[in-house]
Amino acid sequence: MKESPNKTSNFEPKILAFLCNWCSYAGADLAGVSRFQYPPTVRVIRVPCSGRVNPVYIIKALQNGFDGVLVSGCHPGDCHYISGNFFARRKFALLKKFLEYVGVEPERIQFSWVSAAEGVRFAKIIEKVTDDIRKCGPLTYFKKSNNSIEKVI
Amino acid sequence: MKQAEHEIMSNVERLFADKKIDLFIGYEKGTLPLRTSPCFIDDRNTVRRLVWNSCCSNNLAVYLPRLMLHRKGKNSKRIGILCKGCDSRSVVELIKEKQVDRDCLYIIGISCSGIIDSSKILSELDGEGILSYDETSDSIVVELAEGERSFPKHEYLYESCCNCAYATPTVYDILIRTVQFAPKVAGPDPNITAFAHKTREERWRIFEEETSKCIRCYACRNACPNCYCKECFAEQTKPRWIGVTNDRSDLLFYHTMRIFHQAGRCVDCGACVRACPMNINLRLFTRVLVDEVKERFGYEPGVSIKEPPPLATFSLNDKQEFMTEPD
Repeated sequence: MKESPNKTSNFEPKILAFLCNWCSYAGADLAGVSRFQYPPTVRVIRVPCSGRVNPVYIIKALQNGFDGVLVSGCHPGDCHYISGNFFARRKFALLKKFLEYVGVEPERIQFSWVSAAEGVRFAKIIEKVTDDIRKCGPLTYFKKSNNSIEKVI
Repeated sequence: MKQAEHEIMSNVERLFADKKIDLFIGYEKGTLPLRTSPCFIDDRNTVRRLVWNSCCSNNLAVYLPRLMLHRKGKNSKRIGILCKGCDSRSVVELIKEKQVDRDCLYIIGISCSGIIDSSKILSELDGEGILSYDETSDSIVVELAEGERSFPKHEYLYESCCNCAYATPTVYDILIRTVQFAPKVAGPDPNITAFAHKTREERWRIFEEETSKCIRCYACRNACPNCYCKECFAEQTKPRWIGVTNDRSDLLFYHTMRIFHQAGRCVDCGACVRACPMNINLRLFTRVLVDEVKERFGYEPGVSIKEPPPLATFSLNDKQEFMTEPD
């Protein structure tokens, strides 16, 4: 699967989603077993809690060729670990502000709350995130180049 | 200035005589004109080496975490340290992050009227050699081969000193007052607001241009009191997050993460900017998080020992306007 950067019309973004084990992952599961349609653009990594997501993971994903990242956790107050998502919310607010400030499109990094009962909401969020990132086009400026010395060696 | 210098010396001498401290960290005359170096004094006979002037730029708090490692369990004597406003705020952050024990410290606070950027003066002198220098309350007087030249201090300050609201230390055991300051409230930095109003492409171009100068010497990290991790993410090998290259993408990664690790902890002392051999305008990117943390969480690093760090706490009512909602 190789996209040509010039043909943005049929460009399908590659998105990495960090889903929390207790809510959003179960929400995605519900969307699946309920046969809700959503774009096949996300690759999912299951994490114990949205608070477990280190900002390094997000930047690393962009460097490794993803066009955008979504982090999703339990709604405030529903965290399995009581307060993990509250800490995450503070961290993500600053990360999103910083990346926007240095010139990354804010649409590329998104955060959402999806509970285990919200299959429809999960499908809609994936649709929205995919749409947003499709409009931004492929992420070229953060990606590690193929002729970087490590890859040559 | 001279009087403050004498006050520092007599205080340090007394501390050694009373056997209160066994090490003092201060500044001594540098080997280059208009520069000072950090100095470590462990004996009352060498106290005369200490100086205090407008060129005392280093943030001395950077040495504390490593010195404290060797003091666990025997805290009979303390480490003395000279702190400007920004240094003392770094010390407060280190105390809160449990890297430094307040009981092992003796802080001599000194109110600071701003540190001058000697490179600005040197570039104006056009390679002329400085024979000696002196300073008055508002200017730097440099003696050259063909006479004296005077530079008004406020025009040659570091950028981080221009918008400083904490010239007087926030924590100290003794305070030496050199000048009286009217209390000032730090607002958002004008340079940052101007940068934020540029177009997205322009902002990215500047960020990329600045970071591409980087030679990955890690001086910015080493000069920063907040960067005390034993193993930095940039040098971790299991897993290796970041390539040890000067590939454009690795440089962006390193700077994004280093700056983000300062969120809610950076006291805007400017140590990273001064340490950078490639003159990267790091403050343009670190300062935005200082302003954002203040606006969003109402927190200013290094002001109060009791207030928990903003990312180690939360409020149920934190704003979440940035979260994605389906259409």
